Amino acid sequence: MSDMAETAAELGQLDRGYEPARPRSRWLWVRAFWQRKPAVLATIVLLVILIAAIFAPQIAPYDPNAQDYEFLEAPSLRHPLGTDDLGRDLFSRIVYGARISLFVGVSTVVLAMIIGVVLGLLAGYYGGWIDTIITAYVDLQWAFPNFIIAVYLVAVFGTGLTNVIIAVMLAYIDDFSRVVRGMVFSIREQQFVLASRAAGAGDARIILRHILPNSLAPIIVQATVGVSSAILAEATLSFLGLGVKPTTPTWGLILSDARTFFSRGWWLALFPGMAITVTVLSINFLGDALRDIFDVREYD
Amino acid sequence: MTQFLIRRILVSIVVIWAVATLVFFMLRIVPGDPIGAMLSDVDPAAAEALRAKLGLDQPAYVQYFRWMLNTLRGDLGNSIYGNNQPVNQIIAEALPRTLSLSFLAMIIALVISFTAGIVSAMKKGTWLDHIVTFIAILGLSMPNFWLGIMLIIIFAVNLHWLPAIGYSPLSDGFWPWFSHLILPAIAVGAPFAAIIARMIRSAMLEVSREDYIRTARSKGLSARSVIFTHTLRNALIPVITVMGIAFALLMTGAVVVENVFAIKGLGRVMIQSILNRDYPVVQGAILIVSLVFVATNLLVDILYTVVDPRIRY
Repeated sequence: MSDMAETAAELGQLDRGYEPARPRSRWLWVRAFWQRKPAVLATIVLLVILIAAIFAPQIAPYDPNAQDYEFLEAPSLRHPLGTDDLGRDLFSRIVYGARISLFVGVSTVVLAMIIGVVLGLLAGYYGGWIDTIITAYVDLQWAFPNFIIAVYLVAVFGTGLTNVIIAVMLAYIDDFSRVVRGMVFSIREQQFVLASRAAGAGDARIILRHILPNSLAPIIVQATVGVSSAILAEATLSFLGLGVKPTTPTWGLILSDARTFFSRGWWLALFPGMAITVTVLSINFLGDALRDIFDVREYD
Repeated sequence: MTQFLIRRILVSIVVIWAVATLVFFMLRIVPGDPIGAMLSDVDPAAAEALRAKLGLDQPAYVQYFRWMLNTLRGDLGNSIYGNNQPVNQIIAEALPRTLSLSFLAMIIALVISFTAGIVSAMKKGTWLDHIVTFIAILGLSMPNFWLGIMLIIIFAVNLHWLPAIGYSPLSDGFWPWFSHLILPAIAVGAPFAAIIARMIRSAMLEVSREDYIRTARSKGLSARSVIFTHTLRNALIPVITVMGIAFALLMTGAVVVENVFAIKGLGRVMIQSILNRDYPVVQGAILIVSLVFVATNLLVDILYTVVDPRIRY
């Protein structure tokens, strides 16, 4: 936490209320980020994973579902991470798995962010009965961990990729609307917003020009943390059999498929789990750095 | 305080009722029912008879009120599979396993996190501190089910030190109970330990800059006394604020990790019943799991006031 104070002082933000964000500090942000080597390294790792996901057909040496007679082979030159019980190439399956993991992680959080931000803005800005209803719903979700909400929703909707995306997306809405609602309350009565209103600005202008830009930092931090936990949620759901349909190569499902063969093939347990851990770890490092740089307090 | 407590308990009851009701109706709105999956293609008449027997032919609201009344009387219905085991009995068998697992996980996690957190705060900026910080972030990033699998491979499959799966009740002796639970407990406790360790570290560093710590040190108290009675005690307050989140992680972990270690606890019962679309069990499991979460939240709120007398509701 101590280097956080240094960065904040450097950005001249130590005694801030919420001042409007100005480009003057943009390069300082880049510099502050560059000074955090773990975060820089994490970003590079994430870019590599992203490239692997996008160019999976070019990178993977085999079709992820192609079966071969080389069952349960240890890592070798032909199969860099070995093969599974059906003779499928583990490396190819993990590379393709990156597609689903990243897609689910990012798409669910982006959707949850859009819905959550709109709900938070409505609740915080208009108050009254709108706030009461939205807050009641958000508090209901808040009483349970996101993953448990996702399990409940899968119980209701059933399994499969689309249902998992809907379930995880809905489970993460409350995080965003809580953050945004709180931000709106703290910004709404600030001098510059009142000045803007006095100058005749309407609701839409105040929300879009003042409140949203100034809530951006906590939203970005929340989204980053959200992606890592959504990736974990998808992997866990798939592992439990509540996720994507069998044969789809995803990291959680590869681990689940291989369950009975772990004693004969340690690579089947090690590599898919490492793929999940490295991805989530990198995003968490990134999130920590962003939290420090934007000086967002961890809320309770 | 009493007023706060009453309001808080009422809200908790409403939350549980809302979850149970939402789940009940959503299960019925979504197409596809278990009887259909079991019998319709084979024997439509038998399917109808079974539906009538289970009351599934009634309108949803009738089923709902019947279920609600029975639930309030403490009867959660019967499983629709096998020998129609009562849901009460299934849960009564499962709950002690989940609680055992969570309890042991918490003890292990607290011991590890306090040691790690205090050491890394005292050695701030050294390589030891960096390693602890890194392991803590790693603990939060590793999927708990994967950690469980790796522990099985290392300690059960290769070293043969501990049993790989299963559960043995405490009444059959401490060691069988402990040896079955230690690996899953570590898998469940890891993220909990990570959160608490990070929190203790930053809270201790924050408190150590306070005036009263300087006073304590300048009046000649030993380093040990300053750290344990002055710094640590005050550092506990912010730590307890994350206890709610940490407990939630613990319970969620238990729900998942039980499935790796084939422990028939609440989590395994819930996941299996979802996979089988065994509605009465799904509803019962969700109700009890929700109850555990809401009760823990309530407990943590009360704990705040005990630890920090400045907080009064």
